[in-house]
Amino acid sequence: MSLAADTPGFLSPTGVEITFVLVGLVTFGAALVTVTTRQLVHAALWLVVALGGLAVEYLLLTAEFIAWVQVLIYVGSVVVLLLFGLMLTRAPIGRSPDADSGNRWAALAVAVASAGTLIWVVVDAFRTTWIDLDGPAAGSTKATGQSLFQNWVLPFEGLSVLLLAALVGAIVLSRKAKETDPAAGPDPAAPHSGEQGEKETR
Amino acid sequence: MNDVLDVTLRLLIVFVVFLTFPLLVGQTEHKVMAHMQGRLGPMYAGGFHGWAQLVADGVKFAQKEDIVPAGADRRIFQLAPAVALLPYLLVLLAIPVGPGEGAVGQVVDAGIFFVLAVMGVGVLGSLMAGWASANKFSLLGGLRTAAQLLAYELPMLLTAASVAMAAGTVSLPGILDAFEWWWLPWQIVGAIVFFVAGLAELQRPPFDMPVADSEIIFGAYTEYTGLRFALFLLAEYAGIVVLCGLTTVLFLGGWHGPWDDDGLGWVWTLLKTAVLAFIVIWLRVTYPRLREDQLQKLSWTLLVPLSLAQIALTGVVKVVIR
Repeated sequence: MSLAADTPGFLSPTGVEITFVLVGLVTFGAALVTVTTRQLVHAALWLVVALGGLAVEYLLLTAEFIAWVQVLIYVGSVVVLLLFGLMLTRAPIGRSPDADSGNRWAALAVAVASAGTLIWVVVDAFRTTWIDLDGPAAGSTKATGQSLFQNWVLPFEGLSVLLLAALVGAIVLSRKAKETDPAAGPDPAAPHSGEQGEKETR
Repeated sequence: MNDVLDVTLRLLIVFVVFLTFPLLVGQTEHKVMAHMQGRLGPMYAGGFHGWAQLVADGVKFAQKEDIVPAGADRRIFQLAPAVALLPYLLVLLAIPVGPGEGAVGQVVDAGIFFVLAVMGVGVLGSLMAGWASANKFSLLGGLRTAAQLLAYELPMLLTAASVAMAAGTVSLPGILDAFEWWWLPWQIVGAIVFFVAGLAELQRPPFDMPVADSEIIFGAYTEYTGLRFALFLLAEYAGIVVLCGLTTVLFLGGWHGPWDDDGLGWVWTLLKTAVLAFIVIWLRVTYPRLREDQLQKLSWTLLVPLSLAQIALTGVVKVVIR
């Protein structure tokens, strides 16, 4: 028992490790279905399964805070936004064969390349890192916050600036759309003025 | 063996609460609404003031035929009620009712994030129902649900973050341990914003635009019958219990009371939750439904700035008293 604890290996997996692999397989399967299914809304819902599976993996790695933030932002907001966009534009029940892109082989190549890079980097960086599941949680909110704001402040701030730029960009884009169509005021229930505005700009 | 027994007992208690409290709120709603409108409400079922009305309703729902529309996406249509209901059961696990670790289903380290994240998942149920019904009214309801969630999730998160800043922790029992009575006036704006945004997330009147029965025929639930429809209703009332419990824990001091916190802690929690649930019902009877654009405007121009101001206030006070 003590020997196994000293040099952890892959030959005698613990329950948590087996669960980790199983959840990983489910997540991978859900991700595959997400990109291969021919039903648009089903793709969004399989994405929920994939993202939720990732959250469970975080939980198994004791990173509780990251897991809940994952659910909150990705499942709770990003997927809802995705579904909202689908429903607003087109979300037919049943298959939509015209939704297949001609770029799928290029997309596959990019996906495989980036997945390969990520796997290589992660495996190379954490090959000898083992999480002690019995000790204090290594990924508790306190530990995460401390490492984030002590060791990783610069990337954190960089990301903040990136997000701010995206926010400003979104505002600029939506403002421009308004200027080209001056007759369409803030009242969305006035389609006539919008049509007139279009004619005038033409 | 003792651990297993302990866990089983906790899960069982949470499950019983999950099954009974929403019904209690529902029955109270029947009676309170009736009396506010000069009626008596249900009087016959069960004998004493119609206490068994909701049991009778449940029997009625169970007898109804379970219909899936021909054009619907069968599997998602059938799955949606479970997705809408189960998150609230999970959230109940994390809400502490009394002091100490014995009075909470499961101590979650990042409790605030857990409850808000899981509550957000429940809305997916309405979206799935709205889309899978193959009904234009349902789709409209689903769209409104999504728009409403996106608008009101933000103020909820911001005000919850304000409390977390004040307490210096994101765990729900931890927040209650740090609570002082003067947090009440300090966080009052945040409390109101949180409660209003929570009402909107539950789609309760006056924010029931997505289900507006007189306009889009109950929105996402138009095509549902029998038990599945009952599950959606149960989700709404479980949502009320969860929202009131959360507001109590985050802003009203949970088990802290005027006297005897240790012995009577759970009574204070239940009492505050019940008063909030009464307010939820009261609002339903008093306020007319907001229009979709008014609803969005309320969130983006009033609630979000107010919650940002609350965060600023919390930060300033926190720095001053340190």
